[in-house]
Amino acid sequence: MTPTVVELRGCTRDYGPVRAVDALDLAVQEGECLALLGPSGCGKTTTLNLIAGFVPPTAGRILIDGADVTDRPPHLRGLGVVFQSYALFPHLSVRENVAFGLRERRLPAAEIERRVGDALELVRLERAGRQRPAELSGGMQQRVALARALVYRPRVLLLDEPLAALDRKLREGMRDELRAIQRSVGITTIFVTHDQAEALGLSDRIAVMHRGRIEQLGAPREIYERPATRFVADFIGASTVLRGRAVAADRVTVAGATLVVTSGRPLAVGADVELAIRPERVRLSTGPGDNVLEARIEGLVYQGAQTDMTARLSDGQRVLLSVREPAPAQLAAGQTVRMHLPPDAFMVLMGEPSSPR
Amino acid sequence: MIARLAVVALLAFMTVPTVVVIAVSFNPTAILSFPPSGLSLRWYANVVAYPQFRRAAVNSLLVTAAAAALALPAGTLAALALERGRLRGRSVWAAMLLSPLVVPGVAAGLGFLILAAGLGLLRSRSVLVAAHVALVLPFVVRSVWVSVRNLDPVLERAAASLGATPWRVFRRVTLPLLRPGLFAGLLFAVVVSLNEFVVSLFISNRVTEILPVAMFTYVVNYTDPTIAALSSLFIVVTFLVVWLADRYLNLAGVFLRP
Repeated sequence: MTPTVVELRGCTRDYGPVRAVDALDLAVQEGECLALLGPSGCGKTTTLNLIAGFVPPTAGRILIDGADVTDRPPHLRGLGVVFQSYALFPHLSVRENVAFGLRERRLPAAEIERRVGDALELVRLERAGRQRPAELSGGMQQRVALARALVYRPRVLLLDEPLAALDRKLREGMRDELRAIQRSVGITTIFVTHDQAEALGLSDRIAVMHRGRIEQLGAPREIYERPATRFVADFIGASTVLRGRAVAADRVTVAGATLVVTSGRPLAVGADVELAIRPERVRLSTGPGDNVLEARIEGLVYQGAQTDMTARLSDGQRVLLSVREPAPAQLAAGQTVRMHLPPDAFMVLMGEPSSPR
Repeated sequence: MIARLAVVALLAFMTVPTVVVIAVSFNPTAILSFPPSGLSLRWYANVVAYPQFRRAAVNSLLVTAAAAALALPAGTLAALALERGRLRGRSVWAAMLLSPLVVPGVAAGLGFLILAAGLGLLRSRSVLVAAHVALVLPFVVRSVWVSVRNLDPVLERAAASLGATPWRVFRRVTLPLLRPGLFAGLLFAVVVSLNEFVVSLFISNRVTEILPVAMFTYVVNYTDPTIAALSSLFIVVTFLVVWLADRYLNLAGVFLRP
């Protein structure tokens, strides 16, 4: 088993009356890339700040390599941090920025020179060494920040919304590059993001955070295909959640119809269950059949490649679906349509059912 | 058109006294009359030759240097405390530290005089230095404060994460980024201190008096263009200091974050 590098034990952080992080437990393994994913205000950045040592926890302990670092100031934690705004020193050249951590470690000048060169090469910025950060594009600044955080070979790399400040086109390229660098260096990485695509594409494991707690922790595929709670399902893009009652191990009644649900887990007969389904898995159906429900279209948004639709079942529950264009038939609000919900498209949510929207 | 005229008129109104002083300083005759009746440098020679002016000039330099050297670090700490510290009644502190002395100069001078007399310091320049520190401090705090507000604390966090101790963070990140504010504060301190008169008049004697006080004493006793010549020199020096510093500050502005 791979050793644990960073561990949070019951960490809580209050800001006045607001509990930003709530009794959080988390163990990050050697060499893995873990994403803290959640909406703003979910406590993900505070968690990162706790690990970096920028804010002390109100309660709980923080361990790095088994050593309790809760009371250790940031400059003694030996971590590399890349800030959302990059936080490059404007009065120093790119080279001096990258050399900053090495100089603080009092390495010999020749060694600093060599390592800065290597780090700039790693992020493909060999030629920008003499420039000031303000003269560089956002993507280049990002790479300088990364080089600066990696050059002294920190134990852990922390990234705060690493791609948020880049425009969309740059973001995808940078995401691939970031992943390649993380893999080649093999450094344990924790990064914060509100973008599920970023988390899915970049990490080995994702911790979905909500209200200062981890709602679900797992591999990207697991999070995506088997969201455990309504919040995770919603956040990860499965925005339709249907409430029903299990009438058999694989059957649920919703809005008077019985749906076959092949979730892999037998359902407890008689229990209330929540079923999540992604809009793109719902299909329009030409006639009645298995797993077909009737619904009234409430709204349509034409998106070019597809049309996003909101529809309501007879019992008032809402279903989102997206129909690939060109649509098989002319659709309009107020129209009643039949929808096919494939048995294997359902995700059964666990935990106490949340209140319907 | 009217706007331009108004600006020109206003500018003339503001600069005419200065122009008159400079013109009179070249007057060959021993009266303060305008326009001058010729062109002569004899009053400038007189300024340099007059021993009391020399002594006062040295005093001015010493007092200003000491006051600036004390006010700059004190003002910087105050600015940092105002912006970063957990202060009770921050706005009150800020109002007090940032407003130049609202007490009339005469009252402040009297206060310093009574204090200095009580402490037996009237013969020394130290009381002048103390008074000047108090007078220039608001300008220093205000200048540095602007830079402190422009300083992103994330930069200091970044430095700490890179292994810098709090002192090293201050030396390598905070201080360099406060440079524009420090220069502006130094400039203000020098100009205000060099030109201070009312308070200094109360607390100096023939031995310790600074240049503006010496000039006043001279005018009380003699009325010849020597004082105009010295005033002209004063104007030129002050102008040069401001101009050079402004150039340098603009250079420093390059290092400011956009």
